[in-house]
Amino acid sequence: MSLYSEIGGDAAVNAAVDIFYRKVLKDDRIKRFFDDVDMEKQAAKQKAFLTMAFGGPNNYTGLDMRKGHEHLVKRGLNDSHFDAVVEDLAATLKELKVSDKLIAQVAALCETTRKDVLGK
Amino acid sequence: MAKVTYGGQSYECGSNSVLDCLITHGISVPSSCHSGLCQSCLMRAVKGTVPEKAKAGLKPTLAAQNYFMSCSCYPEQDIEVVLPDSGMGKLAAKVTKVEFLNDDILGIRLKPSRPFEYRAGQFISLYKDETTARCYSLASVPDLSEELFLNVRRVPGGLVSGWLFAKLRAGDEVTISEATGDCFYVPGNPDQNILLIATGCGLAPLYGIVRDALLHNHQGKLSLFHGSNDKNGFYLVKELRRLEQTHANFSYVPCISDGESPAGYASGMVLDVALAEYPDLSNWRVFLCGNPEMVKAAKKQTFFAGASMSEIHVDPFQSAYSTGIC
Repeated sequence: MSLYSEIGGDAAVNAAVDIFYRKVLKDDRIKRFFDDVDMEKQAAKQKAFLTMAFGGPNNYTGLDMRKGHEHLVKRGLNDSHFDAVVEDLAATLKELKVSDKLIAQVAALCETTRKDVLGK
Repeated sequence: MAKVTYGGQSYECGSNSVLDCLITHGISVPSSCHSGLCQSCLMRAVKGTVPEKAKAGLKPTLAAQNYFMSCSCYPEQDIEVVLPDSGMGKLAAKVTKVEFLNDDILGIRLKPSRPFEYRAGQFISLYKDETTARCYSLASVPDLSEELFLNVRRVPGGLVSGWLFAKLRAGDEVTISEATGDCFYVPGNPDQNILLIATGCGLAPLYGIVRDALLHNHQGKLSLFHGSNDKNGFYLVKELRRLEQTHANFSYVPCISDGESPAGYASGMVLDVALAEYPDLSNWRVFLCGNPEMVKAAKKQTFFAGASMSEIHVDPFQSAYSTGIC
């Protein structure tokens, strides 16, 4: 069984997106990166991100990741911010009663994008 | 084989998505995730039916207007599509009534020269001349009146509002655009509570939306909060009070932000008053219109209070408002 279906698929993404985005917007470490974005468009992007992090169907490439975060890297996006996002995601899943084992798999999947997201 | 028509040209779609089909033919459509999630590739079908899958996860107000994600749209029948911001048709309308709703807001009633489709809360452009137009929300409800109802605020030095306040008379003919925007009531979920917050003439779309919801027999709470600096800033008060008397689930709270509040008025910033009364907005639907600073703060605060992002609807032309266009 794939991680995505084990975690609950599309329904899990929908359940997680509001909770996760609330955490991110309230997180003093990273909220400044979201100050001037359109919240609604951003929520749709969060959904795409969660689908990817849950191992679901996606077509993001490393290059997409680089381009999509370039402007944030210029504003100082670094490892500590990346860690904060992964932490918020883990806390979201914990709230949704996802097992630690699956949370670790999600975190590992996020980890594979770190270099591209941070433009390294 | 289904064909996709765009910009007057038809293309065989084959087994491709609408997005891939158009891109193959050199048409530039914004896109990002290619997985039916990020909504960057949003388009609108003006003819034909789009498979449900291409609308999965869209806001109900967008789906109701035939918006879809072109990356996950594999049409089963011929469709004609446009990009979301493609130009809209114009038409003539006759001014049937002009009245002052308060010292600074003009109520204008218009009768379109041809059948006119819209939803209460959407907006139109009103043209002063070929190149000068402003957007105004529709406070009217299609099923209640043949006339469109606009609320225009007097903007110091405003080109269009200045002209309307000085010159517009019943009997005049004006040019308007077709209606657009996704700030409106979608029937369904009749027991859901609805919070509506406005400042100034942001009341216009909400006055339409409230009456549209009541007309659809909405049973959940409809709680409208209208903010102003002082008592003179309110309008449609009598109409809203009357609505309160005839519909037990509707409440209207005018909020005065500066100084004393007489009986029947709440005291404080409109957003604070609303959130103090309803601190938990889980499963609520929310409509926000008016001052862009208020709207921006309210979007965040109502989201933090538990409203889902997909249930928060916002006056679509905030930037126009902030540049004094309202």
